[in-house]
Amino acid sequence: MQILVCGGTGCRDLESEAILESLKLEVEANALENDIQVVRTGCFGLCSLGPIVKIMPDDVVYFKVKHGDAREIVEEHVIKGKKVERLLLKDPVNNKSLVSSAEMNGFKKQLRIVLRNCGVIDPENIEESIAHNGYEALGKVLTEMTPDDTIKVIKDSGLRGRGGGGFPTGIKWEIARKNKADQKYVVCNADEGDPGAFMDRSVLEGDPHAVLEAMAICGYCIEADKGLIYIRAEYPLAVARLKTAISQAREYGLLGKNIMGTGFSFDIEIRYGAGAFVCGEETALIHSMEGLRGEPTVKPPFPAEAGFRGKPTNVNNVETFACVSPIILKGADWFAGIGTARSKGTKVFALAGKINNVGLIEVPMGTTLRDVIFEIGGGIRNGKKFKAAQTGGPSGGCLTEKHLDTPIDFDNLIAAGSMMGSGGLIVMDEDDCMVSVAKFFLDFTVEESCGKCSPCRIGNKRLHELLDHITKGKGTLADLDRLRNMSLVIKDTSLCGLGQSSPNPVLSTLDNFRDEYVAHVTAKKCPAGKCRDLMEYFIIAENCVGCTACARVCPVNAITGQRKEPHVINPSICIKCGACKEKCKFDAIIVQ
Amino acid sequence: MKTIKSPADLRNFKEEILAKMYGSGSAMKGKVRIRVHSGTSGLASGAKEILDFIVLELEKRNIDAVVIKTGDLGYSFAEPTIEVTRPDEEPVVFGNVDKLKADEIIEKYIKNGEYIDGILPVNYKTII
Repeated sequence: MQILVCGGTGCRDLESEAILESLKLEVEANALENDIQVVRTGCFGLCSLGPIVKIMPDDVVYFKVKHGDAREIVEEHVIKGKKVERLLLKDPVNNKSLVSSAEMNGFKKQLRIVLRNCGVIDPENIEESIAHNGYEALGKVLTEMTPDDTIKVIKDSGLRGRGGGGFPTGIKWEIARKNKADQKYVVCNADEGDPGAFMDRSVLEGDPHAVLEAMAICGYCIEADKGLIYIRAEYPLAVARLKTAISQAREYGLLGKNIMGTGFSFDIEIRYGAGAFVCGEETALIHSMEGLRGEPTVKPPFPAEAGFRGKPTNVNNVETFACVSPIILKGADWFAGIGTARSKGTKVFALAGKINNVGLIEVPMGTTLRDVIFEIGGGIRNGKKFKAAQTGGPSGGCLTEKHLDTPIDFDNLIAAGSMMGSGGLIVMDEDDCMVSVAKFFLDFTVEESCGKCSPCRIGNKRLHELLDHITKGKGTLADLDRLRNMSLVIKDTSLCGLGQSSPNPVLSTLDNFRDEYVAHVTAKKCPAGKCRDLMEYFIIAENCVGCTACARVCPVNAITGQRKEPHVINPSICIKCGACKEKCKFDAIIVQ
Repeated sequence: MKTIKSPADLRNFKEEILAKMYGSGSAMKGKVRIRVHSGTSGLASGAKEILDFIVLELEKRNIDAVVIKTGDLGYSFAEPTIEVTRPDEEPVVFGNVDKLKADEIIEKYIKNGEYIDGILPVNYKTII
């Protein structure tokens, strides 16, 4: 028998280590150590119900265990085989105790649709994909459904584009179908550019066939026989696995001419991008694939009318494609039954920043930010206080404490002044300065702006300068209004999504953390202590014993003083590196 | 090389593969399966070394197991991760696997089914 004790950060804060030790002692006290192993596990993803103890192979899970419960668990459950009722989870509906992991499934916050095969199948072996229903949806569509039936299923499922815009996928396909042409194209947008987002990469690396199959289904619907995957060359592993997958699919007759003997032909090629953020915008992406500069053009014409080489083109994101086969196999109603009223299905988020369980998660639309950060994500690192979460990368905005219980979906995020984007979720804690965060994202957009339209090229540069001034203590209150006005103009007048959304981090931090901006411009202080130019290091004379450690470590010799007498820092020389504060053993150096 | 000629052919082929992988007569049936999650996050944390180590050590210790290279599970905070499925048992995922841990997994879990520290519980539902 095994006793598993959760060693995730959430449970560890609630003394799960002490529970582990007590359980071990109890096991030893009963001379059971040869039969019972007590082990520490990773996070169960139900941190609010922790600490969690699971008994295997009985598959019994105990919640909110205290270390005083160790004896009862060992004596009752392990020795007598009786479950400790009071530590079991109760079904909120009928108050019945839930015992096994299967019964507790309803409590699990994550549901994997897009990531269904990631980490499960060998992506370089098409047979494993086929064993997990690969290409079954394509077979079904080609023999049992007309293109219009298929589009109807996708429309009814409520699937919306996962790349950021959230445009209904079925409608996109329908428009591309209606535009008649001798040649059409299906394009997969794998140009994942948001800093911190890597779900598309993981899908392509873990389950490339899901994307190939869905592209073929899309090709059948819009009457295209050619697919193109636009992927950044900086994803070498994803590229290699895609290549292998494409050639295997061709060998097995699942891509190419006359697929599965149905007369339908579809083939896929890879196009490489050089990693420009703007090429995630569909018109810029298409120009880049055509060998032109990666610059967006005005829509209309939409790619569905005149896209790649002027032909009707349907562009969807990797994650959107990965949803298609399960919808075909399980039906539109199944998918529409997951999520919120206007956002269906699940969304993959890449958790990054000051969060314990960094990585990919997939949750039904409508899951709250609190569940994502504090249950699945295991909470904030080092027990710090949550301050904000940035969704949508450099085009999104930040969500704050007041948004923690808002169900996350396309519309709620926009109402909260942010956006879904591709699903990067960067968590910030009390030590992060929001002005610097806004500046960081603008750094990125200024770098990535293609320069075609002036609001984006010049406006963002000026925005960045203003922010830079503020973080250096040179800003005024009037600058805050200037920031807002300029942001609104950039949003209104930019050509493409990059410029239309790049001021979002500024606007949302201004809205949510105005007091922090005000502190920077009036008191010339950075409340989070991040902006170097607004800090000053001092030595408290009473605490200083004159050990000279700080003076010796100072790289610019800004600290002077006699041995065994209080030292002083010369602020005009000090470069605020913090080396002295780290070295001081007497807490004599403070930052203000 | 097999060419799939119809959707029915695809279904038959799927059954064939499943029989080969899990069927009663298959050579793979009674074997331990080890999945080494080798996406970019995994590889960056050393999944390749772990994969090579496991393959070599299994051979040295005469353990007949199937090692499969897969994509990442998404547990970036605990990479490299590996999943071990003992015959007729539920899969168990181990996180932060280094060579020392891999050795412990082989000796204790793969050989005897003994649990060790570092198990990552399944915290999601899936559609398969």
